[in-house]
Amino acid sequence: MKIGIVCPYSWDVPGGVQFHIRDLAEHLIGLGHEVSVLAPADDETPLPPYVVSAGRAVPVPYNGSVARLNFGFLSAARVRRWLHDGTFDVIHIHEPASPSLGLLSCWAAQGPIVATFHTSNPRSRAMIAAYPILQPALEKISARIAVSEYARRTLVEHLGGDAVVIPNGVDVDFFAKAETNPDWSGQTLGFIGRIDEPRKGLPVLMAAFPKIVEACPDVRLLVAGRGDEEEAVASLPAELRERVEFLGMVSDEDKARLLRSVDVYVAPNTGGESFGIILVEALSAGAAVLASDLDAFAQVLDQGGAGDLFANENPDSLAAGAIALLRDPERRARLSASGSAHVRRFDWSTVGADILAVYETVTDGAAAVGADERVPLRTRLGFSKDTTAS
Amino acid sequence: MIETLVWIALALAVIGVYLSWTAGRLDRLHSRMDAARAALDAQLVRRASVALEVATSGALDPASSLVLYEAAHAARQAEEDHREVAESELSQALRAVFADADQVEVLKAAPGGAQATEELAAAVRRVPMARRFHNDAVRAARALRRHRKVRWFRLAGHAPFPLAFEMDDEPPADLADRPT
Repeated sequence: MKIGIVCPYSWDVPGGVQFHIRDLAEHLIGLGHEVSVLAPADDETPLPPYVVSAGRAVPVPYNGSVARLNFGFLSAARVRRWLHDGTFDVIHIHEPASPSLGLLSCWAAQGPIVATFHTSNPRSRAMIAAYPILQPALEKISARIAVSEYARRTLVEHLGGDAVVIPNGVDVDFFAKAETNPDWSGQTLGFIGRIDEPRKGLPVLMAAFPKIVEACPDVRLLVAGRGDEEEAVASLPAELRERVEFLGMVSDEDKARLLRSVDVYVAPNTGGESFGIILVEALSAGAAVLASDLDAFAQVLDQGGAGDLFANENPDSLAAGAIALLRDPERRARLSASGSAHVRRFDWSTVGADILAVYETVTDGAAAVGADERVPLRTRLGFSKDTTAS
Repeated sequence: MIETLVWIALALAVIGVYLSWTAGRLDRLHSRMDAARAALDAQLVRRASVALEVATSGALDPASSLVLYEAAHAARQAEEDHREVAESELSQALRAVFADADQVEVLKAAPGGAQATEELAAAVRRVPMARRFHNDAVRAARALRRHRKVRWFRLAGHAPFPLAFEMDDEPPADLADRPT
């Protein structure tokens, strides 16, 4: 099958959606499909052979933060050329409602279109205003995928219609087979995420940390991620600061080893998560997981069956949960075992098969993808002699 | 005077282009719906055929075989206005037959059973998927067709008002469940 995938965000900036697309493309290529990914990228960036650059993304303020997006005539022309040259059986657009390549391809294409909605932002003012503009583009989508039941609910509320739920994929064995690092185990808590982004919840963990140390004197906290380290520990008493170890940005291999090694992985995110891929990675590595009770997290953790939940933004609840897990190795082993079994459904072998099933369903009884040729006005009004155009 | 006429002509032209564009949009929605309907049809027929194959294979006990055969046969032969009921009954029959996880194992153990199980599992998972895509297309088409501009100018022509396909498509839990 010839598959075109559209990535809305810069290929050179690391991010969840980009990683998802990279893994999906490589999985599909591994199965023998022809895949081409259209993504914004600087012309100098080295790209994998299956990625086609749609030009450089421009940083613009959008939805409360600076997003790097692609729009304008040049990008639209590149999208059209890609669609025309690719002769795809199906195209898979990610984030079709973001004002970037996703929306442009939706405009420009016709034929079987599959779309994945990753974020579940509460309906923004811009979206309400843009609804009549978006609708004609979004109604071309033949199949919608939401990454979680929660994302599906918001999608249905905001745009109407329905979607199938297919979670994000993880290479479970990559994490399950990583080697442990003895330096990182033995009464350790792990945290991975941007340090300076409050949404990721490190401040909540810092607020709970003194209490955890009081109950478990040997505990250490390992933090991996970008950000200002001094500022992150500023709220802690001086004698506790050395118990927090910053690892900076880590490679995929080190991330897997870290998750394999820590006793408890803590995900104190305070909101804005529609899936929680990091939890799936932690479960794959067999870590006991303690996460805030966001809808998306509770779903990944099987409502508490595969990992413990604590009340969101509540340091006391986090501390209690962490202490209970640190003191009880048997319970950690039990969670690790049930987590490892639960996480198999997020493995690429399963997720990839589901996504392929969607492709096959929409291509059944439909023509291939093409550029949406605007019918000339003359033809539409019936003045043209060329009757083959419709 | 001339000026007014020019303005009126211009306004009419703009409205005309807009209506023509809307008609194009509607046309595209109708063809999307037709494709989704064809896909749903294909999945339903596939499911009924695999169920029929399993029922006549002799791998299941006679009572289960009979129940499954009856429902699958009825689903395949159903007239259009009876189809939703017949297909729902096939879903119920499949759930009843495969209510027990052991039954799945029995089927897998039969010669060629592993492949049949695989096919049946794929079929029962894809029916709800195809139905969701179909009903999503129907909803989009209905939303546009209910709009004033479409009703007043009869842009939909004689195309029948789109209807959702309502059925019970819950797959048997042990069959459709993911490997653990």
